[in-house]
Parts: sequence; C-alpha cells; structure tokens
Amino acid sequence: MGTISLKNINKSFGSTEVLKQLSLDIQDGEFLTLVGPSGCGKSTLLKIIAGLEQQNSGDVIIDDKNVNSTRASKRDLAMVFQSYALYPHLTVRKNLETPLKLRDYSFVERLPLIGNFVPSRKEKKKSIDDLVFKTSETLKITELLDRKPGQLSGGQRQRAALGRAMVREPVAFLMDEPLSNLDAALRVHMRSELSELHNSLKTTFIYVTHDQAEALTMSTRMAVMIDGELLQLDTPSEVYNNPSSLRVAEFVGSPKINTFAAQISPDGSVEFMGIKLERKFNTNSQKALVAVRPEHLEITKDSNKPAFEATVSYRENLGSDIFYHVQVDQSDFKIIVRGSPQAGLISNGETVRISLSHAEAMLFETSGERIR
Amino acid sequence: MLARHYIGESWKHGLLIIGALIVLIPFYMMVSMSLKSQQEIQSISGGLVGAQEIQTFPVCTKHGYTEEVCTMRPYKYNFWFAFKKAPIPRYLMNGLIVTVSIFLIQVLIALPCSYALAKLRFKGREFVFSMVLFCLLIPVHAIALPLYVMLAKAGLVDTYAALIIPWTISVFGIFLMRQFFMTVPDELIDAARMDGMGEYSIVWKVMLPVAIPALLAFAIFSVVAHWNDYFWPRIVITGNRDLFTPPLGIREFRGGIDSDEFGPMMASIVTVTIPLIVAFIVAQKRFVEGITMTGMK
Repeated sequence: MGTISLKNINKSFGSTEVLKQLSLDIQDGEFLTLVGPSGCGKSTLLKIIAGLEQQNSGDVIIDDKNVNSTRASKRDLAMVFQSYALYPHLTVRKNLETPLKLRDYSFVERLPLIGNFVPSRKEKKKSIDDLVFKTSETLKITELLDRKPGQLSGGQRQRAALGRAMVREPVAFLMDEPLSNLDAALRVHMRSELSELHNSLKTTFIYVTHDQAEALTMSTRMAVMIDGELLQLDTPSEVYNNPSSLRVAEFVGSPKINTFAAQISPDGSVEFMGIKLERKFNTNSQKALVAVRPEHLEITKDSNKPAFEATVSYRENLGSDIFYHVQVDQSDFKIIVRGSPQAGLISNGETVRISLSHAEAMLFETSGERIR
Repeated sequence: MLARHYIGESWKHGLLIIGALIVLIPFYMMVSMSLKSQQEIQSISGGLVGAQEIQTFPVCTKHGYTEEVCTMRPYKYNFWFAFKKAPIPRYLMNGLIVTVSIFLIQVLIALPCSYALAKLRFKGREFVFSMVLFCLLIPVHAIALPLYVMLAKAGLVDTYAALIIPWTISVFGIFLMRQFFMTVPDELIDAARMDGMGEYSIVWKVMLPVAIPALLAFAIFSVVAHWNDYFWPRIVITGNRDLFTPPLGIREFRGGIDSDEFGPMMASIVTVTIPLIVAFIVAQKRFVEGITMTGMK
C-alpha cells in the first residue's frame, strides 16, 4: 500500500511562508507530479513527506498512520535526489547494500569484524545479495556494480541512485528533479524508462519537477504548485486543456499561453481583438481575459474568417512545428502562433491575419479565476 | 619583446630561488654536519661529506669506550654516537605516541563538532562558530601557565596525559573541517538519513570518508606542530627522561663535557626530522588537494 495524504501543511523558514495550508491526497500506485516554478515550495513539500524537514503545522499520513513524529528512515519511503547523492567512497554494490544493511542487520551484525561471526548475518547477507542482483538486473547496471560513482556517466549514476531507492521496496518513491542533471536526449529517454518502471513496480511515485514537459508526459495526476499553494490537482490533459486559473494556464504549456483583454456584453457574448467567441458565458463582469494556446491560433488567408492583423517579429522553427512571435498593432503586445511547416515559411516583418482555429478559448476574470 | 619577456621571468625566478635557498641551506648544513668530522665542521672545509678519514674520536674515549671501538669513519661515528649518547628510538617512540594520540582525539572531537556547525540547524549555531573563530586568536603561550597549574593540581605533570590533553580540542581542526563540510551537498546527508543512518553514523560513515583529503591536510598541520613542539613538553616534562619527545631529546646534546661536538648532535636532528619529511612526501599530493579544496592557504 502507498497512500499518502497531507492535511493543512504549513511551513515557513523564518518569516517567509513556503507552504500555506496545503492539503493533498495521493492514491496508491499513482505517479503524482508536483510541478511548479522554482521556489514554489515543491521540494520542501517532498522533504516534509520524507521526514527530512518538519512542518510547522499539519499532518502527514502514510497508509492511515500519522507519521508526524516518525523518523525519515522509519517511514519506509525511498528518495532519489537531483545530484543522485550516491556515497562517493563506496562502489555501486555497496551503495545499494547500505539501505538494506541498515534496515535488516541488528546493531551487532553491523559491527565490523565482530559482525561476521553472528550466524544470522550470513542468511541476511544472502537475501541482500539477491535483492541487489535483482535490482541491478532490472536497471541494467549489473556490470557497473563494482565501480565507484566517480567512474560512472550521468545516466549510469542516475540508474544507480534509482537502484538504491528500489532495493528497499518502499511504499513510495520520492523523486526530487532526478532528471535535471542529464542532457536533453538522455532526459527524454529516461522519461519513458521511468514511466515503464512505474508501470512494472506499481508503487506510488511522487515526482518533483519544474519541467512541465516531464509532468505532462509521465504523471497519472499532476499537482500544480505556485507560491506555496496547490492550485490544481488533475490529470495532465485536464490541467492542460482545462486549467482552473490563469496562473496554471500560464505555467503549463510551452510556449506560454496567449492572453487578450476581452469585453463581455450584457448577454454574455465575449469579444476580443475583433473576434467574437461562439460560446456565451454566464458572468457579471464586463472585462475579462481570454487565453488561447498557440496551437489554437492560426494564420489564415481566408478573408471571411474573423481575424486580426499582426506582424511577424521572430520565427522559431522546431522542424515539426514553427512558432511565430507576432506583434499586434505596432505595440509591445506580442503573441505566439503555431504554424505548420506544410503551409510554407513566413519571413520576419510580414503582416499576417490571425484567427481562432477552434473555439478553444478560455475565459478568465481579470483577477485570474476561470469563468466557465 | 621576447628578450624582455625572459628578463621579466628570470627576475621572478631569481627571487624564488633566493627564497628556496634561505629555506634549504639550513637543511644542507644539517645533513652536511651530520656526516663530517669535528675538525672539518670547525674549519668549514670538506664540502658536503668531508674526507671521511678513519680516525679515533676523543669524546668517545672520554665516555669510556676503548680506542678500537672509537676508531671509524666520521659519518658512522656521528650517528652511532648519537644513538649511544641518548635513547633516540625511545624519543621517536614518544613523539609517535604523542602526535598520533593528539591527532586521533582531535579528529574524534572535531568531526562531530564541525558537522554540527556546518550541517545541523540549532539555536546559537552562529554564536558557537564565532566562539570557535575567537579561540583561534588565543596564543598558546598566553594560557600555558593556567594550563600547567591545572595539570599540576591534577597530578598529571610528567605523564603522557600532560603532553596530550591540552591539545585534544583543536579549534583550527574544527574550523578547517567545518569549512570543508560546508561544501558537502546536503542531499548526501539527506540520502543517508533516508537510508536509516543516525547522525553519528553519518559523521563516521559518510562525512569521514568524504573528508579524507581535508583530514590529511589537517593531519600534517597537527602532526608537524606537535612533533616539533619544544615549548609545551619543556614545561610539563620536568624530570622523566623516558617521556622526552624528540625536540627535548635533541637538547640532551647541548651542555656537559662535550657540548661543542656538532657531528652527533646534527646526526640526531637528522634522525628526528626524517620521519616528518617522509610522511610529507608520501602525503604531499593529497595534502595540496586538501588545502586548495578548503580554500585555506
């Protein structure tokens, strides 16, 4: 089992409030991503779950047990760190053995020399060896077992760190930006490996990242945290397509979502940049913000479609997609539009007409709340 | 342009060579005098090793040895007589016992202290650390008298304990190791805690192995300082020759009927210096690593 729930967690360092009344329920076997910009408190939250940091108030409950006063090592969680934090003076094998020895051996059995003479140790040693071997086979690091961390590449160290977490067969894995020290190609590769690992282990994963691509690709649910508050907890597609507030919409999605000032007529119809939305909204406000993702805007040649004019100021060609940064009305107001490579390249300085490709526009109050 | 470059360089090198000579010439003198005969030393002749003529040494016969025994080459005589005149192996042994015990106890105390100062959060940590820095400023000689009185009251004068106890808490060691531990990532400690290690296990099983280069640097500082220390042993070892450390032992060669016989005296100094030089050469590479790593120079 691996259900973890957090109830009204508060944490502050000195006078800075890092976490504010944060509550979160994590289900057994789920891959939950804590995502947010750096400094939003997500790593602190992970440390509180791990027991490495003490919350000022609130409860951490693991498998229906309140673990507020349980030491980190007794919570039966394993953690993978950003810098891997392997013991530099020990071989990979010893690194994997350490948590098992500390858990399984009694004090006497751990003693150097004397420990060898305790009969029960031999049996335990065997089961530890088996576990280490099994784990190293799963992670394909068996041939690296006798090397020290200094002799490994980044990806290999990453695996060794995963191995050290896995051998204990914990109720949940906590991962603190484990992929951010890898190069881009390896990171994408490890993303799929981690997902596969999660599928085969069926253990709870709590994964902290500032990279929303990792959150969107790997997680069953993602928790978006900004400024110490949990803003939305939902599946990646729901968070992306149906964000609960403008801050979530702006954080998730790359390139960033475009926002426009909009007017709302008394009958509930919304108009921005001369484009009228098909849907009507039920709200009392007169002013609001319309947010449209770059892929929901298009460059159109059809003069019948409602559209507005803009000048291309910068072109980002990613091969599969092209993003145009366009300037509206000669002002500083810039938006990003996705163009397809098939439509041909448009050069900087050209004037284009931009329209909505779907009716996919979201409406937010000027304060940032969603209007549905 | 090139010529000027060379002039600029040679000027620096010249200065460095002069500096090196100032340091090395006493060593040269020491080695040379330990090999030559008394006449050669006094007439400043014979180069590095002297003529090495077989001769009979009068001081030796004065000590009651037969002429046959006292006839040999000067280098042999100097070392042989040095060992005959004073129990040099005993002094070396004492030096070893004292310096090693001091170093081990210093590490035993400094590591947990510096770990706490670098990695644990507690009230008053900054204050404690500033007191450590403050203690660095106190010269040994200022507290020598109270220390001596304390040891005397405890009846510890003329024991190994008197040589060791005052040095067991090394504020320099605490400071050096704290600076080093500051560079160890917190994640490593968190990982050890997750694995189930207690704070003391972390100190001895994680921090200690990581800190070996810095400890080596500290070992050299500590061992050299206490091996060469003349001041403190001279105060607390008042009569018992069996407790003499090497510097006190060398003093044996001064005074008495053969006070001006430099050959055996220099031979004993060479014997006392060699262990340090060997230790330094063995540890040199890691020593330099350790010093540069902690930013101490």
